[in-house]
Amino acid sequence: MYKYDQYDQQMVDTRVAEFRDQVRRRLDGSLTEDQFRPLRLQNGLYLQLHAYMLRVAIPYGTLNSRQMHLLGDIADKYDRGYGHFTTRQNIQYNWIKLEETPDILADLASVEMHAIQTSGNCIRNISSDQYAGAAADEIIDPRPYAELLRQWSSFHPEFLTLPRKFKIAVIASETDRAAMKLHDIGVQMVKNSAGEIGARFFVGGGMGRTPMIGPVVRDFVPLDQLITYAEACLRVYNRYGRRDNKYKARIKILVHELGKEEYTRQVEEEFAHLLLQGIEPPLAELERIKAHFTDPAFDPGASDDLDLSDPDFRLWVERNCAPHKQHGYIIATVSLKPVGGIPGDATSDQIRLMAALARDYSFDELRVTHAQNIVFPHVRKADLYTVWKALDEAGLGIANLDSIGDIIACPGLDYCSLANARSIPVAQKISERFGSPEKQAEIGELKLKISGCINACGHHHAGHIGILGVDRKGVENYQLLLGGSEAADTSLGQITGPGFDEDGIVDAVEKATQVYLRERNEGERFLDTYRRIGMAPFKEALYD
Amino acid sequence: MKILTGNDLKSGHVVWWDGEQWSKFVNSAADVGDKGEAILAREEGARRVFAAYVVDATRDSNGVRPSHIKERIRALGPTVRLDLSLKPGDANAGNWVI
Repeated sequence: MYKYDQYDQQMVDTRVAEFRDQVRRRLDGSLTEDQFRPLRLQNGLYLQLHAYMLRVAIPYGTLNSRQMHLLGDIADKYDRGYGHFTTRQNIQYNWIKLEETPDILADLASVEMHAIQTSGNCIRNISSDQYAGAAADEIIDPRPYAELLRQWSSFHPEFLTLPRKFKIAVIASETDRAAMKLHDIGVQMVKNSAGEIGARFFVGGGMGRTPMIGPVVRDFVPLDQLITYAEACLRVYNRYGRRDNKYKARIKILVHELGKEEYTRQVEEEFAHLLLQGIEPPLAELERIKAHFTDPAFDPGASDDLDLSDPDFRLWVERNCAPHKQHGYIIATVSLKPVGGIPGDATSDQIRLMAALARDYSFDELRVTHAQNIVFPHVRKADLYTVWKALDEAGLGIANLDSIGDIIACPGLDYCSLANARSIPVAQKISERFGSPEKQAEIGELKLKISGCINACGHHHAGHIGILGVDRKGVENYQLLLGGSEAADTSLGQITGPGFDEDGIVDAVEKATQVYLRERNEGERFLDTYRRIGMAPFKEALYD
Repeated sequence: MKILTGNDLKSGHVVWWDGEQWSKFVNSAADVGDKGEAILAREEGARRVFAAYVVDATRDSNGVRPSHIKERIRALGPTVRLDLSLKPGDANAGNWVI
């Protein structure tokens, strides 16, 4: 994985020193909160419902074991013994003290990490496929391109005060595991008819209060024009994106209001202009970055055999593991969704255990997924049972990936100052209602996503079943949505009708699954059945 | 009644104005009537709290109860981690916020 060069390290170290001074000036009264707020936000420090919250960037969700270990230590040293992995492949700490924040950032810098651009109207942490570099179905590892975009977007002076925050995802397979079309810019690495690698650009997707699927604005951008094209997309947005209305300031609104054709025309015009400016980094820089993402030293003689005689292990392998590009290896996902647990939370001990297992059994690498789980990307099949046993003893051996128990949930009103309703208790009740392996196996793939407000951090628009918490005169109420997807078949869920109270929404989810089980054809997932039979049978079951 | 809440500048923790100083217990909150904004200006200037504001609440035999669920959760702590709340020994504490 990528290692900082002297410039990367110097930039991060300098920022730590700068923020240390800003905190000192805030505490001694030289800076007011109004002056300090944008400075702390630029360093990932929010004020949430109960305390300061620090969001730490995990570029394209990739970590080494030393970094992961430190994330566990930070949870103990500066927080309350746990961290929360987010739908942006980051980690958040909920109980941070202002005066300790510079020390946390210094600790992070010691392992080449930071919290820069995890807030504010800038280009945020770039996300990617959690199976990158390991997936059997990718055409190329997308991470070098994500890293190139990260370097371009970090401290980019033109794009630090955009009309609104800006999110980019990069993938390199037809199987979209990163919700790519629901980003401000989605980049899919593709091959053209000549066999050359390039980038397909989707611009103007997003969730939030106005969910939109990003349309393709260019089918193929050559590698030696990647940054120039991204710059053109951002320039048009920065110039014409609305700054008068926060709720209409995302690029999706600009693309929608201009129309894809007119937006594309303006981007192409800007692109032609920028090509003359020669802003593209030399391909040698991309090659330098690529050298950090070579395959680990796989054992070419590794056995493909797996002893599945332990039924619990067999279930976990079937549910949580994916094919690896290398013979004898497998991709393993650790679910952070125990029955009745808090989606995405892990204790400091669990974090350090995963770090140690990655060090010993996954070539020192881990990934954070946008579904709030952890991936060991390169596990030798011969080691898989040992890994699972260790996970299981720590409460991390749950076999529920992509099932109804593998719920995405935002922190909701239990932690978030923007939320209108709690998300986590609803997730806990649903996971308990559907907790048995038999029940989850019967239902099969069903992606359920919960947001505690219209900002949609819990991706409710993209859930096969989505739940949106709203405030009804001071009382929590939950709307049900059906039919969303953030995979290659991206679609937006539709609201079923009037909302439900906390217990009612759990019953409603059960009724929806009963309709599916009654109506499904052989081999259909919940989403397939919904798309075939439509909303009517579900509404009838929910409201009649 | 009108009560004042904010966050402690150093720790970020939720605090309530008890008439003389800031307390972490909402039951200590004092009714500030129409003096809320003046107290907030003075206290923020003294760098003891930030992001402070006036909250509607009621007082009955059980104590002070903010009118909105968001403030009640701020007063208690996360309902899903009562071990981290101000009532770690009360398994039913979460019912108070609903």
